[in-house]
Amino acid sequence: MSKENKYLTLSGLEPLIVTPETNFINIGERTNVTGSRKFLRLIKEEKFEEALEVARHQVEGGAQIIDVNMDEGMLDGLEAMTIFLNLIASEPDIARVPLMIDSSKWEIIEAGLQVAQGKCIVNSISLKEGETEFKRQAKLVKRYGAAVVVMAFDEVGQADNYQKRIDICKRSYDILVNDVGFAPQDIIFDPNIFPVATGMDEHRKNALDFFNATKWIRENLPYANVSGGVSNVSFSFRGNNTVREAMHSSFLYHAIKNGMNLGIVNPALLEIYDEINPDLLKCVEDVLFDKRDDATDRLLEYAETVKDNKKEQIETVQEWRSEPLQSRITHALVKGIDAFILEDVEEARLAASRPIEVIEINLMIGMNVVGDLFGSGKMFLPQVVKSARVMKKAVAYLQPFIEAEKDGKQAFSGKILMATVKGDVHDIGKNIVSVVLGCNNYEIIDLGVMVPPEKIIEIAKKEQVDIIGLSGLITPSLDEMVYVSKEMEKQNFKIPLIIGGATTSKAHTSVKIAPHYNDTVVHINDASRAVTVVGNLLKKDSQVFKGEIRAEYNKFREQFLNRTKQKEFRTLEDARARKFQIDWTTSEIVKPRQLGIQAIQDFDITKLESFIDWSPFFRSWDLHGKYPEILKDKIVGEQATELFADAKELLKKVIDQKLLKAKAIFGIFPANTINHDDIEVSSVRLSAVEDNEETYKFLTLRQQLKKRDGIPNHALADFIAPKETGIQDYIGAFCVSTGFGTAALAKQFEADNDDYNSIMIKALADRLAEAFAEYLHKEVRTKHWAYAASETLTNQDLIKEEYKGIRPAPGYPACPDHLEKITIWKLLDVEKEIGVTLTESLAMWPAASVSGYYFGNKEARYFGLGKIKEDQLLDYAKRRRINKEEAEKWLSPNLVSSLGFNT
Amino acid sequence: MNTINEAIQKRILVLDGAMGTMLQRYKFTEADFRGERFNNYPSPLQGNNDLLSLTQPKAIADIHRKYFEAGADIVETNTFSGTTIAMADYGMEDLVYELNYESAKIAKQVADEFTKQNPDRPRFVAGSIGPTNRTASLSPDVNRPEYRAITFKELRIAYKQQVEALLDGGVDVLLVETIFDTLNAKAALFAIEEVKEERNITIPIMVSGTITDASGRTLSGQTVEAFLASVSHIPLLSVGFNCALGAEQLQPYLKRLAHETEFYTSAHPNAGLPNAFGEYEESAEEMQGYIESYLKDNLINIIGGCCGTNPDHIKAIAEVAAKYKPRQIPVQAGTS
Repeated sequence: MSKENKYLTLSGLEPLIVTPETNFINIGERTNVTGSRKFLRLIKEEKFEEALEVARHQVEGGAQIIDVNMDEGMLDGLEAMTIFLNLIASEPDIARVPLMIDSSKWEIIEAGLQVAQGKCIVNSISLKEGETEFKRQAKLVKRYGAAVVVMAFDEVGQADNYQKRIDICKRSYDILVNDVGFAPQDIIFDPNIFPVATGMDEHRKNALDFFNATKWIRENLPYANVSGGVSNVSFSFRGNNTVREAMHSSFLYHAIKNGMNLGIVNPALLEIYDEINPDLLKCVEDVLFDKRDDATDRLLEYAETVKDNKKEQIETVQEWRSEPLQSRITHALVKGIDAFILEDVEEARLAASRPIEVIEINLMIGMNVVGDLFGSGKMFLPQVVKSARVMKKAVAYLQPFIEAEKDGKQAFSGKILMATVKGDVHDIGKNIVSVVLGCNNYEIIDLGVMVPPEKIIEIAKKEQVDIIGLSGLITPSLDEMVYVSKEMEKQNFKIPLIIGGATTSKAHTSVKIAPHYNDTVVHINDASRAVTVVGNLLKKDSQVFKGEIRAEYNKFREQFLNRTKQKEFRTLEDARARKFQIDWTTSEIVKPRQLGIQAIQDFDITKLESFIDWSPFFRSWDLHGKYPEILKDKIVGEQATELFADAKELLKKVIDQKLLKAKAIFGIFPANTINHDDIEVSSVRLSAVEDNEETYKFLTLRQQLKKRDGIPNHALADFIAPKETGIQDYIGAFCVSTGFGTAALAKQFEADNDDYNSIMIKALADRLAEAFAEYLHKEVRTKHWAYAASETLTNQDLIKEEYKGIRPAPGYPACPDHLEKITIWKLLDVEKEIGVTLTESLAMWPAASVSGYYFGNKEARYFGLGKIKEDQLLDYAKRRRINKEEAEKWLSPNLVSSLGFNT
Repeated sequence: MNTINEAIQKRILVLDGAMGTMLQRYKFTEADFRGERFNNYPSPLQGNNDLLSLTQPKAIADIHRKYFEAGADIVETNTFSGTTIAMADYGMEDLVYELNYESAKIAKQVADEFTKQNPDRPRFVAGSIGPTNRTASLSPDVNRPEYRAITFKELRIAYKQQVEALLDGGVDVLLVETIFDTLNAKAALFAIEEVKEERNITIPIMVSGTITDASGRTLSGQTVEAFLASVSHIPLLSVGFNCALGAEQLQPYLKRLAHETEFYTSAHPNAGLPNAFGEYEESAEEMQGYIESYLKDNLINIIGGCCGTNPDHIKAIAEVAAKYKPRQIPVQAGTS
């Protein structure tokens, strides 16, 4: 029954036969916890769905076998292997390919073999532990029906020269075939790919010995296969992908020629052999084949020349630079490259009859391409903002020439006033919309942040703008917007009003703003829609569009009003009776190590980098997805990666040149809950000359939505021991800011026509502030309060809020009452100590600031207040010592009666 | 003495037909299933066909006899559900050894009668090893895809016990059949290898998978070729398919199998596809026609019947099989 040829035959749901025609079988290695930090994290966090995506991605990307490895100290590798392979079994598009079960632990390999119906490859066994163990494992591999990778490794060590490689492989082969009865075609040798060009003489023949050993194996050990992990060879050139790719490609080319028929190669790190620069190829092959004594030096020298160049750029630069002028200008705009724009614009200016034509013709042609690509989803926000940077530079260059001409003026498609309303300091979103509209040939009058309504009205009149755009992030801004709309109506404005910003919504706009203003009111929350909507609003026959908007908002309002009437609420008394119960007799209350207030005046920002939660950063650029997965996203991944690189670069600059200053203040105080919902705090002031303890009160609000029996109605006060228990409890408060210097930097960028970095620095500062809050919380938990002194959490755990205790912030769902910030400011003397101020709407300035409380009880949790009833409003007004109207103003988003809007 | 390896080189071997179909003719009642021995058994036993080897051994022997008379070379023991896993339904895990042992003995005794009558044509007994009622690579709970109702180890232990009993009872060959989940079969093969090693014996092994429908795959999702790759790691007497499909529907898969494997091939298809009432209606003549098509294509070394087939079918199959030469094994399998 013998046949002439015996081929390694594997299977998942489908077969894989390794024949001479298959040339080279590529094994995917991303499902390997030792090689992929991402995969390790997913497995550790039991995010198996996402881990399966990694596997699927590889199979879709062309991996013909997938290597699964769960060897990590913190993992139960046996269980992880079993679960993951079981999950793969239920995904036919992954399970179709054979598995390589990879572990240095025999029991994990065996666990994998026991859940795989296909014919797998075991990776690996060797003579390392001696012949007896080798035979035992080989026999079992055979009995489980798998092929096997045999490492060139014996009792003495790893084979590191040609002779040892062939000796160990020959000995292994003979044992397997003659003693164990292993099918020779099921043997895959891994004769060790080791790095070359390391500078050590004993490594010079590493590649050559591998090639020769491979050739020898294929000629002398019938039917056996050869495999290896290719990226090892270029280990000493980490960081220089041009060289690495060339090395991989050349190594693979020669290894395959010598008979390697399977292997692990990262396709992303592989140059096409024929496209390797001939000089580089020569250097690489001199090294691989150890052709000359100075081969390593020569390759190193060459590597220096390509070190900082992304070679694609060099090549393509030359290409697009030789195209006609208009193509070059369009290319520069679409790609956001500003290196040549001034010389191109100058060339265009000399050719044009009037300088304005360069804008109206050359630049607009390019920007239209950008607009089309953006509109059709082929370009993303960060790219558009980069395009805008190029555009602005070009326009700034042309401006003097245009002004030098009589009646030289740019013809815009419309004039738009943009402002962040009074009391609010957040402007990232507004700036992005401004830039995008600017790109589409609208003249933007940006009044900045904290703009009083009178100024908006005044400038709008004076400049005769075509549209007003209002933005805001904190809830009091919603009222400001209502106020502006009423003023516009009073003053008889007849232009559209656009509303945007994180707390705004179509519901709020349709219910609270649109009824007050007779012209069009539209809510827009993403930049790409802004262009379409503005375009439609400023069309000559915009009446139809405006009518549609009005009708749509009327309908939406009706539906919204009908819907919100359905929920049931409890009385405040009833809600208090259903407060969240903590058994104070057993609940652990840790006395803080340090009571009182501490300030940090100049914090080292480098420490914050690892605490940054990047996902919201991408969101602020309209790139949606979770970090780090977003970097590999099919649609936005490339953009996200680029944006991320730019952010990192700016962050490095910020850190290196100390461009931003970070400050913080925090305190921990004795506290007890009184009268159900208030928290009484006794303070020791930082600047106290004498022992003058003062008492402060935090007022918390209680959920009133009627919930199922047994589900409590939360208030933050529930997490602090009531005074009547006689137990001393504690609370903390804090404010951090990384915004000192942001405004000046942003201005600098703007002056340089660099909106991209102007927006970037603000988005970064926001992230740093959040990271600082996270960092400080950790310090408080583990050191200052130290109720979780032994905590060990990763950054991902922090982002998932897996720690004990909470740090809710006024203005957010658990305590929407911004007035609480005033108490915090007084308690900590925030303004005096670190200089963070509150605006009239109680926004913090600088904008990149975070403030809040610390609750240390392990039962404490985040919740959303939801809507409250009039009885609580009145009770609250009394406790706050303000009248009902004022209380209504601050809590309006949460009032049932006023149909408020919360985020 | 085992000469099945010799016999298979000389002619196409005929396997028997369905056991269950034949037992239905007896219309055994609950009392018949129980016999005297299990009169007071706590759980209902009707439907536990394997148990009939203990309570109605004469009927089982008669059925074997009818198949040999019809022309079968090999009969299967009445042990399709003879594992602790499958017997758990009846609470009869403790009887597994005895069931397999007795079933093997009954079949072997009848086979020996026929061999004695005609020593030139020895008759054989195949120990039937079914798939159990659990799957090792599929989750029974769609919401928990990582869950398994049975592990490889549990299967291996259960199969090992069945294999030992069948061998002790005297079977000539082991038949791992109706494989809808290849991982189950791999556990059975693993167990067989263990027993072979422990007893220092060789025993021919037949492996027979089940292609569940026109998708051309096993229930666990493998194609013909992938299935073959998964079970070819130990020397087999034959590899083939049975059940689920009729002879006509099975032919394309059998073709692919015969082209790829260097083992002998087998098939024991159903008597067509079941009608709306779950009955098999394909006549002996019809089935004979389809099987003749296998033979013309040189696809087969062992041929028999599964669900719905009876001695008439086997007689028709034996008649036509006698006219053809057995399949020649391809010199170069594995290339495509």
